[in-house]
Amino acid sequence: MENLERFRYIFFIFGLVIIYLVNIILPYINPYYFQIIIFAGINIVLAVSLNVINGLCGQFSLGHAGFMAVGAYFSSFLTFYYKVPFPLALIAGGVLAGLIGLGVGVPTLRLRGDYLAIATLGMGEIIRVILFNLDIVGGARGFPGIPKYTSFFWVYLVVMFVLVSSYSLLKSPQGRAILSIREDEIASEAMGVNTTRFKIFAFIFGAFWAGVAGGLWAHYLQFLHPSSFTFMKSVEVLVMIVLGGLGSISGVAISAVFLTILPELLRYAKVLFNTTVDPRMVIYSLLLILTMLLRPQGLLGGYRRKVKEQ
Amino acid sequence: MLKVEGIDVYYGVIRALKEVSLSVNDGEIVTLIGANGAGKTTTLKTISGLIRPRKGKITFNDYDLTKMAPHEIASLGILQVPEGRRVFGNLTVMENLLMGAYLRKDDISKDLEWVFSLFPRLKERQKQKAGTLSGGEQQMLAIARALMGKPRVMLLDEPSLGLAPLLVLNIFETIQEINKQGVTILLVEQNAYMALQIAHRAYVIETGRVVMEGTGRELLNNEAVKKAYLGG
Ligand SMILES: Nc1ncnc2c1ncn2[C@@H]1O[C@H](COP(=O)(O)OP(=O)(O)O)[C@@H](O)[C@H]1O
Ligand SMILES: [Mg+2]
Repeated sequence: MENLERFRYIFFIFGLVIIYLVNIILPYINPYYFQIIIFAGINIVLAVSLNVINGLCGQFSLGHAGFMAVGAYFSSFLTFYYKVPFPLALIAGGVLAGLIGLGVGVPTLRLRGDYLAIATLGMGEIIRVILFNLDIVGGARGFPGIPKYTSFFWVYLVVMFVLVSSYSLLKSPQGRAILSIREDEIASEAMGVNTTRFKIFAFIFGAFWAGVAGGLWAHYLQFLHPSSFTFMKSVEVLVMIVLGGLGSISGVAISAVFLTILPELLRYAKVLFNTTVDPRMVIYSLLLILTMLLRPQGLLGGYRRKVKEQ
Repeated sequence: MLKVEGIDVYYGVIRALKEVSLSVNDGEIVTLIGANGAGKTTTLKTISGLIRPRKGKITFNDYDLTKMAPHEIASLGILQVPEGRRVFGNLTVMENLLMGAYLRKDDISKDLEWVFSLFPRLKERQKQKAGTLSGGEQQMLAIARALMGKPRVMLLDEPSLGLAPLLVLNIFETIQEINKQGVTILLVEQNAYMALQIAHRAYVIETGRVVMEGTGRELLNNEAVKKAYLGG
């Protein structure tokens, strides 16, 4: 345990130094590659945080696009209108996403079963409809002019935080309790675990980081539109964690990077096949089907789901 | 003392328990025998708070269990070894045992030693994922996991189910040994012969109703019980 503690510090300090150095070199890199690196980082945050809900705790959330939208819009609102410092705005976006997660999670997570999937699906749509009609953040016209604060440094600082906090959680007694809920909720309850509380905690944890990721995204693109946060965005993140192996933090992070780069490579496929349609979704689906057939536990091996008897 | 008084339990419109009453005194092994579907599991689940009775009362000393959540009941020291073992398959044997001690804040090393002495096999396999253990080993782990919670009352749901005869004997001996260490036991079994042999007192449940009670020996020698549950 002490070892783990030390490892965490070393990892963190080492990471900070690297981020700082890379941040100096980066402006000399091709902007196209730079953008991919930024998106890869944001996707790591999204995937690793969704993994805490779906992979570690075994709940099924489809709400990541919604939480991301909340964080994106709220942080941008704060920096655009009130000149709130960027890190504060990011955190505020995450907190608001977490609060909405609390509102959705409390009534649904008390129940056993897949109510969360349905509730988060509905939540995502409601958030989008609200944003469409919220004039102060542009409504259907979109929200332009967001200051460009997101840098390599901020993205990968958040990546480090989300990785370190997820690992710490996983290795703590609380993390073990969360895993036990995934493994067998009834047995977990019988051990004295307050399953509702831990499910809600995992859900808010995920929602918070999704909100932060949204803030990073907004302050990179400098423009927001509600249509960026459809159900398909949630599915994209879901694909990342299923492919990486539900529950495997490293697997999920690697798969997030891989699936960020893949569509860029597929641009060549579009040219190659001389089609006008984007073959991305076709490839995604094929990948998912292949993974399920060949490696149901994900590329790097997550946990093995067992058939649940009631 | 654990006391169940006239509970009715429903699954939807189906009445699974009809005015079931039973009691377990401190230090006893009490067994509840009955055929498949008689309501044994339902009784245990109701005691541990996973199902609510529509009528009746369950008390443990001065606590009214019907008003408490499962994790609160567990924190009183009433721990269930559920039917079908339900070990945490992707966690290691050791992690399973630590989960068993989840509610405890005191030193658990003595208890770890104790469960490893009861089940040496688990000690050898402590780093192995529980899902890869054999059925018998998983049953041992399920019992050991409950023991790590320092139970005052242990609710055992068909621990012998699906085990080879030699292992069955082994498990029942261990249950007796655990009881000698001061753990009160409510044992649910279809294997009536073995259960009655080790039980101080016993109840027979048929289609949701307690139809007979007595000491283990009395029921072993009872003609009706012999006919229905002991194969003649
Ligand atoms: N989840 C459930 N939903 C509906 N009926 C159930 C459920 N669980 C058990 N039952 C019914 O309740 C009765 C008692 O079941 P149970 O307590 O599991 O019996 P036992 O453990 O003695 O085999 C059976 O008729 C069974 O079909
Ligand atoms: Mg049963």
